[in-house]
Amino acid sequence: MEIFGIPTQALFGQLLIGLINGSFYALLSLGLAVIFGLLNIINFTHGAQYMMGAFCAYFLLSMLGIGYWWALVIVPLAVGALGVVIERLMLARLYKLDHLYGLLLTFGLALIIQGVFRQQYGTSGIPYAMPGELAGGRNLGFMFLPNYRAWVIVASLATCLATWFVIEKTKLGSYLRAATENPELVQAFGVNVPRMITLTYGFGVALAAFAGVMAGPIYQVNPLMGADLIIVVFAVVVIGGMGSILGSIVTGFALGLIEGLTKVFYPEASNTVIFIIMAIVLMIKPAGLFGTQR
Amino acid sequence: MAAVPELSIAAGRANGLAHQRIAFFAMLAFFLLAPLVAYPIFLMKVMCFALFACAFNLLIGYGGLVSFGHAMFLGTAGYASAHAAKVWGFQPEFAILFGTASAALLGLVTGLLAIRRQGIYFAMITLALAQMVYFFYLQAPFTGGEDGIQAVSRGRLFGLIDLSNPWAMYALVLAVFIGGFLLIHRTVHSPFGQVLKAIRENEPRALSLGYDVNRYKLLAYVLSATLAGLAGATKALVFELASLTDVHWTMSGEVVLMVLLGGLGTVFGPVVGALIIIAMENYLAQLGSWVTVTQGAIFVICVLSFRRGVIGELGHWLKKPL
Repeated sequence: MEIFGIPTQALFGQLLIGLINGSFYALLSLGLAVIFGLLNIINFTHGAQYMMGAFCAYFLLSMLGIGYWWALVIVPLAVGALGVVIERLMLARLYKLDHLYGLLLTFGLALIIQGVFRQQYGTSGIPYAMPGELAGGRNLGFMFLPNYRAWVIVASLATCLATWFVIEKTKLGSYLRAATENPELVQAFGVNVPRMITLTYGFGVALAAFAGVMAGPIYQVNPLMGADLIIVVFAVVVIGGMGSILGSIVTGFALGLIEGLTKVFYPEASNTVIFIIMAIVLMIKPAGLFGTQR
Repeated sequence: MAAVPELSIAAGRANGLAHQRIAFFAMLAFFLLAPLVAYPIFLMKVMCFALFACAFNLLIGYGGLVSFGHAMFLGTAGYASAHAAKVWGFQPEFAILFGTASAALLGLVTGLLAIRRQGIYFAMITLALAQMVYFFYLQAPFTGGEDGIQAVSRGRLFGLIDLSNPWAMYALVLAVFIGGFLLIHRTVHSPFGQVLKAIRENEPRALSLGYDVNRYKLLAYVLSATLAGLAGATKALVFELASLTDVHWTMSGEVVLMVLLGGLGTVFGPVVGALIIIAMENYLAQLGSWVTVTQGAIFVICVLSFRRGVIGELGHWLKKPL
């Protein structure tokens, strides 16, 4: 069976890969958007923290024999705690300065973290075994769907929607949104805004680490796995605009799909298509598809 | 946006300029005498990167625009001049001009897109555009992919001077560097430079005074791209090589580091920053990834407690802008 001269197996296969990539774009750009909203900092360390998530899962398995499911819980907490330390010790000292310095600091941290891991583990990937429960797959009739990949898409979508729900629909989220608008006023109402900022950064980092754990069985564990990815995620963020949580989720998944389709129809452009879309969006709607210019 | 806390060039202050003149001749003397004790090829590399960093500083220090994709100009000019010299048999001066013009054109195209957003968005957009350019060169047939364009002949300057002689090449690089440096100095002190500073300090006010802010920004961006291209084209001839290293995002980060370490918005800071970073890479080369770690650590230290940079601190201590 063929569509536009492309075998359906190949088409759906690439679309699945696109959805998987999109899951990671969505999770990572969501974390960036949450951090940017409150801290006004673009977290360049995000890619390195994603990589640390994958490595932590690998350490837990190889050294302590702790499996995938526990890693999904433990790793985001551990890496998120590290994020809290970074925020308290370093980022907190930069809030009064130009936003540029936050970018430079997190870029430097990313270089340090990636350099250390690269020195220890080289650049070839380390395989991370898929959890036994999710091995294998099912035949959907038109394509073969590996269970693990289905799980990644569902888990990522669920996490994104839960985050959206907490931020947009709960009281905690309303504090958060209020502090984004006017931190002084919210502080005056007795909300501990500095602690909220710290926890927000920790949460954003934890999201990156969560994505890292899920990425391990798919992409292998590699010191540079986050380095190039983060640049694509930046482009995703520019396309979506950082104004809206739902916007970054939708943009992430959509761009993953578009990238997958490009791999089928014009593979030469698959690396650059997201950047090209970014250029087009900048020409038509500079604030991003879901953003408001500020 | 005010990227620099206090701008060190109080233009027109005669006594400040006298100090800058002394510093300039000290720098000139350094690059004239240094080849007696250091490898010329190392010094040529320093001068190319110093020009690259000065070009970047023009944008960040005076225009307040943080580009995280400046490697695309360095690398594009390198590929263009190497290709022109090797495949088309251009003389070196035309190869350099061709490379520089290619970077200027790329600067115009990417600038038109990037100046649509400000602040950190500008940084992210330039980074993403540079990554697109990187992937283009990775796949384009003429760049030789991972191998790069190797064994580029330096040729004869104006058809007369054989540049395979290291001293001839050194003189050319020095002339290019000093020429670029003086051009930037001239730009900063021109009415154009004053308007740029006004935009950086208070964009709405400059706009209300009737300046076409975006055109000034675009012009500064293209000028910076062109000079970065000049550095890249010259560098390709020095090393007889154009490779992917020069287009990679790590290179964009490196030039930010040079300017930050030397002193954002200072005249001589980028040169000192380039010298320190290139020297460090040279001596630590065998340590592998620790070079990256060291660079990251310098970033963190500079941002947390050394925001004026080496020359900025020196100028602050002497109470003279350098």
